[in-house]
Amino acid sequence: MSNATKKTATEARAELKTVKQTPGASKPDAILVVDNVVRDFGGNRAVDVDHLEVQRGVITALIGPNGAGKTTFFNLITGFDQPSSAKKMFGGPSADKAAKWSFNGKLLGNTAAASVAKSGMVRTFQLTKALSRLTVMQNMLLGAKDQRGESFLAAFVKPLWAAQEKANIAKAEDLLKRFKLYEKKEDLAGSLSGGQKKLLEMARALMSDPVMIMLDEPMAGVNPALTQSLLGHIQSLRDEGTTVLFVEHDMHMVRHISDWVVVMAEGRVVAEGPADTVMSDQAVIDAYLGAHHDTDLGDDALLEEGAMDAPKKEKK
Amino acid sequence: MVNTALARRSSPMSLRVIFGVLLGLLVLSFTLGTGAPAAHAATSDVCVADAETGCFTGTIKGVGAGVKLTIDGNGLNVPAETDKDGKWNAAVTVAGLYTITLDEKTLPEGVTLKGDAVQERDITLGFVKATIFSVDGATGDGADNGPSQAEIAAEGFNWDRLAQQIVSGLRLGLLLALASIGLSLIYGTTGLSSFSHAEQVTLGGLLGYTFANVLGLNIFLTIVIVVILTGATGYIQDAVIWKPLRKKGLSLTQMIIVTIGLALALQYTFQMFYGASTVRILMKNPETFTIGPVTLTFESLWAMGLSVIVLILVGLFLLKTRTGRATRAVSDNPSLAAASGIDVDRIIRLVWVIATALAGLSGVMLGLVLNGINWQTGMQLLLLMFAAVTLGGLGTAFGALIGSLIIGMTVELANFVVPGDFKYATALLLLIVILLVRPQGIFGRKERIG
Amino acid sequence: MDMWIKVLYDMSANMILPTTAAFAIAAIGLNVHFGFTGLLNMGQAGFMLIGAYGFSVATIAGLPFWAATLVTIGAGTIFALLLGIPTLKLRGDYLAIVTIAAAEIVRMIGRASVLNSVTGGSNGLPGETYRNTFSALSPFPDGKTAILWFDFDNTGVNGWFIRIVAWSLVVIFAVLVWLLMRSPWGRVIKGIREDEDAVRSLGKNVFAFKMQALIIGGVLGAIGGMFYVLPTSVQPDALGRNMTFLIWTAMLLGGAATIWGPVLGSALFFALRIFIQGTVDILIPDAILNTQQTEQFSWIMVGVALMLLVIFRPQGILGDKKELNFNV
Repeated sequence: MSNATKKTATEARAELKTVKQTPGASKPDAILVVDNVVRDFGGNRAVDVDHLEVQRGVITALIGPNGAGKTTFFNLITGFDQPSSAKKMFGGPSADKAAKWSFNGKLLGNTAAASVAKSGMVRTFQLTKALSRLTVMQNMLLGAKDQRGESFLAAFVKPLWAAQEKANIAKAEDLLKRFKLYEKKEDLAGSLSGGQKKLLEMARALMSDPVMIMLDEPMAGVNPALTQSLLGHIQSLRDEGTTVLFVEHDMHMVRHISDWVVVMAEGRVVAEGPADTVMSDQAVIDAYLGAHHDTDLGDDALLEEGAMDAPKKEKK
Repeated sequence: MVNTALARRSSPMSLRVIFGVLLGLLVLSFTLGTGAPAAHAATSDVCVADAETGCFTGTIKGVGAGVKLTIDGNGLNVPAETDKDGKWNAAVTVAGLYTITLDEKTLPEGVTLKGDAVQERDITLGFVKATIFSVDGATGDGADNGPSQAEIAAEGFNWDRLAQQIVSGLRLGLLLALASIGLSLIYGTTGLSSFSHAEQVTLGGLLGYTFANVLGLNIFLTIVIVVILTGATGYIQDAVIWKPLRKKGLSLTQMIIVTIGLALALQYTFQMFYGASTVRILMKNPETFTIGPVTLTFESLWAMGLSVIVLILVGLFLLKTRTGRATRAVSDNPSLAAASGIDVDRIIRLVWVIATALAGLSGVMLGLVLNGINWQTGMQLLLLMFAAVTLGGLGTAFGALIGSLIIGMTVELANFVVPGDFKYATALLLLIVILLVRPQGIFGRKERIG
Repeated sequence: MDMWIKVLYDMSANMILPTTAAFAIAAIGLNVHFGFTGLLNMGQAGFMLIGAYGFSVATIAGLPFWAATLVTIGAGTIFALLLGIPTLKLRGDYLAIVTIAAAEIVRMIGRASVLNSVTGGSNGLPGETYRNTFSALSPFPDGKTAILWFDFDNTGVNGWFIRIVAWSLVVIFAVLVWLLMRSPWGRVIKGIREDEDAVRSLGKNVFAFKMQALIIGGVLGAIGGMFYVLPTSVQPDALGRNMTFLIWTAMLLGGAATIWGPVLGSALFFALRIFIQGTVDILIPDAILNTQQTEQFSWIMVGVALMLLVIFRPQGILGDKKELNFNV
């Protein structure tokens, strides 16, 4: 956890006004800094991010068209995939070219998914991974960290972990009430609706008091009513001091709640900035809508050779 | 496309090609007149098995005449003695369990017995029962696999032995490949690791025994019949078991356990019908020939040749025909293949037929090459098959071929480094090492594994 | 009528055999692997064989009983480590193949003639050579005791002492597994069976948990092997692949992922097999199926039963269908 005095969310957002709106811009209070993250699949370079910093205490959105590499990048920084530029014991890139990231001031040497989660960066999944054959309460209890009862030898001796378990149950019940899942706490998670599973996953992620929560397309497949509710939850998370990073397609949601937007296309970061300015960035428009978006395809002049080659550079 | 009955279950073009070649081989064998062995009792046999007589026989390679045996049991005590080719036989008139004892004192100088001098065999009247005694140090002709274990330990490395072992490895690899390709394709198209595939191999061998030995048919005709029958079992299996289970939505783990149950049931069915002892497909003792440092039986040569031809045919089928390409597509990515209009169920049915037919062929030839088959033969090879398929890449036919050749070589060449008991263990160790280093195998793709 | 009484007697006798208890212990171990953690261990017989060799070889070498038992446990642990390290990061199929292969390797090494002096080669090790340290622990006086319709030696090859010890261990281990599974550790294990990635994203070291489960189940298998050979002898071929499949059948019959399922399944399994064989033997005349063939027939029935069980009632007798996870 940060040693600095806890800023309010407004202060954190205010700091963003001073940040340059270029890809890879440095932030005044970066909680996550990644360098040289590259991922190749065969001949295809899916991700190529030189430098990215994420500001602490605000909501950052990671957007981009399909195939931009957002989810791959997301998997890389949460430890669910290994970058091709990772440091290797033999061979591999030199130290300055190797992938490097630091979280909360510490260099993340071991980037296995579990270690990343343990250091305070918890993620959710696009296709919810509620553990269907466990109850809602059991799902929640799994989220708690530093459980003495999870160590093999201690597990046999109930008195060693009973008190901790009780405390965790109380905490889980609070979170469940907040996410309106309390009545379902003894039901099997598989019996929940899709939207309820999303809420469960978010609640479960909060059990470990994460410093930063990473949401992978939280609005995917969610009806509009639940969207509002989820947005509210995410904003209150930020207001309590948790940093939020999410990947999304839904522009309205992005515009509505994000404090900062990072745009990826073809594996690279092409733009950064507050939501409204980023939307008008030429690079972003080109990436999303294609370089010829304002060409009238009914124009016969296009049938001449070469007419479609150079993208028109028009001010929007 | 001509709509024959065959076309209903598989591409007529490819099947016709395969049958045509096999038929051609059959005709060729008659015209050339070499090595077309009819399955009759060995020419020097005095004992003839009929309704009132059962025959115990055996060949002890290279010991020459004069080695004595006694056959005891059911109130009878029958003596036997080897002739100049090491062959012996004894007639009994009561069915049941007998004890065959080899009198070690009558073995020639320098020859020692490997294994037990006393063996028990169950015999039924009208049948011929082989009993195998192996010896060390025999110098006569007939040794097929090169030097014995004791000699290997003493000898160390030399080029001649290397050549012999390489050929043995090639032979094992080819036969293994026939069985493994099917296993790999079944995995590729359905995701199922079939633990009962070994029993398909055993089935082939035992059917080979039934037709060639018991019914006395020509060996090539036997092979054709066995291939057809085992292919039919594959068809039936998919129709009656696997397709309904797939439709039912059984998970892969459950299906793997079903194959295990099937394997158990089949093994004991074989034991029930064929007994527990080893049976031979051809009663005539194998003749060998030598090329340079390498000694092989004619059977081995035929087996290897036939394997190569069949493997080439399978390869051509997969690469050149439309159905073959569809098979590879389904093996690679079933849902994508289905989305592009390929009838996945039909392909899977075809894969089961081909896989079981190839396994059956492998079984018959193994029986010829190993000069004996029993209810466990397939099971002993199951792990080698899995090792080969994993090494080559689960789901790829070409990988199964390469993997089998490598495993076959490893098993036979391991003789140089470790005692004979461990040769299978070496292959298994290789499997474990592969999983450490490159789990997707040589030709497999990384996404499949974790 | 006498024949039927004999069948019933044989059934009940088989149910309380010390080898049945040993089988049950191995089944409990397999349940930890597969039922609770979802690990496809197809080589539990290999763990049994390692335990059997560990105990017998150590005893023959002169170690006292408790030291030999420690060797057994150590052998099971090391074997689990050797198997787990390369494969626990891969998919379930691979663990299945590796465990079968490893079990076969153990059996082949045990059979190898070069190790004849240590392992007895393919003939194995006779029980008398290692049984004494255990028998010496018996508090019972010499002689026989009759309880219910059974009349056995107090301390002997198949006596009351070993039966009591073996079955007590079954109960103890079942209770220990119950304690484990209701603890947070057990919760993580069940989560892993369900979805490893989800559990990883919650900060749990999945590999370590799987390894611990592998070791626990493996040590149980080793102890099972030790008690399997105490009343009999160490025969590598008896603890081969078919033994593994029988343990699977018993576990699935009783109910995977339940505490008492493996125990019930083991006892029932032996009883049922005797029942099938006995019934067929009595009802079908020798001319059609002689005794040897009825035994083979009963094994065929086991294979068929396993297939039917896993297709139509995968949760076995005691299991809960909703809770059973069969996905690799």
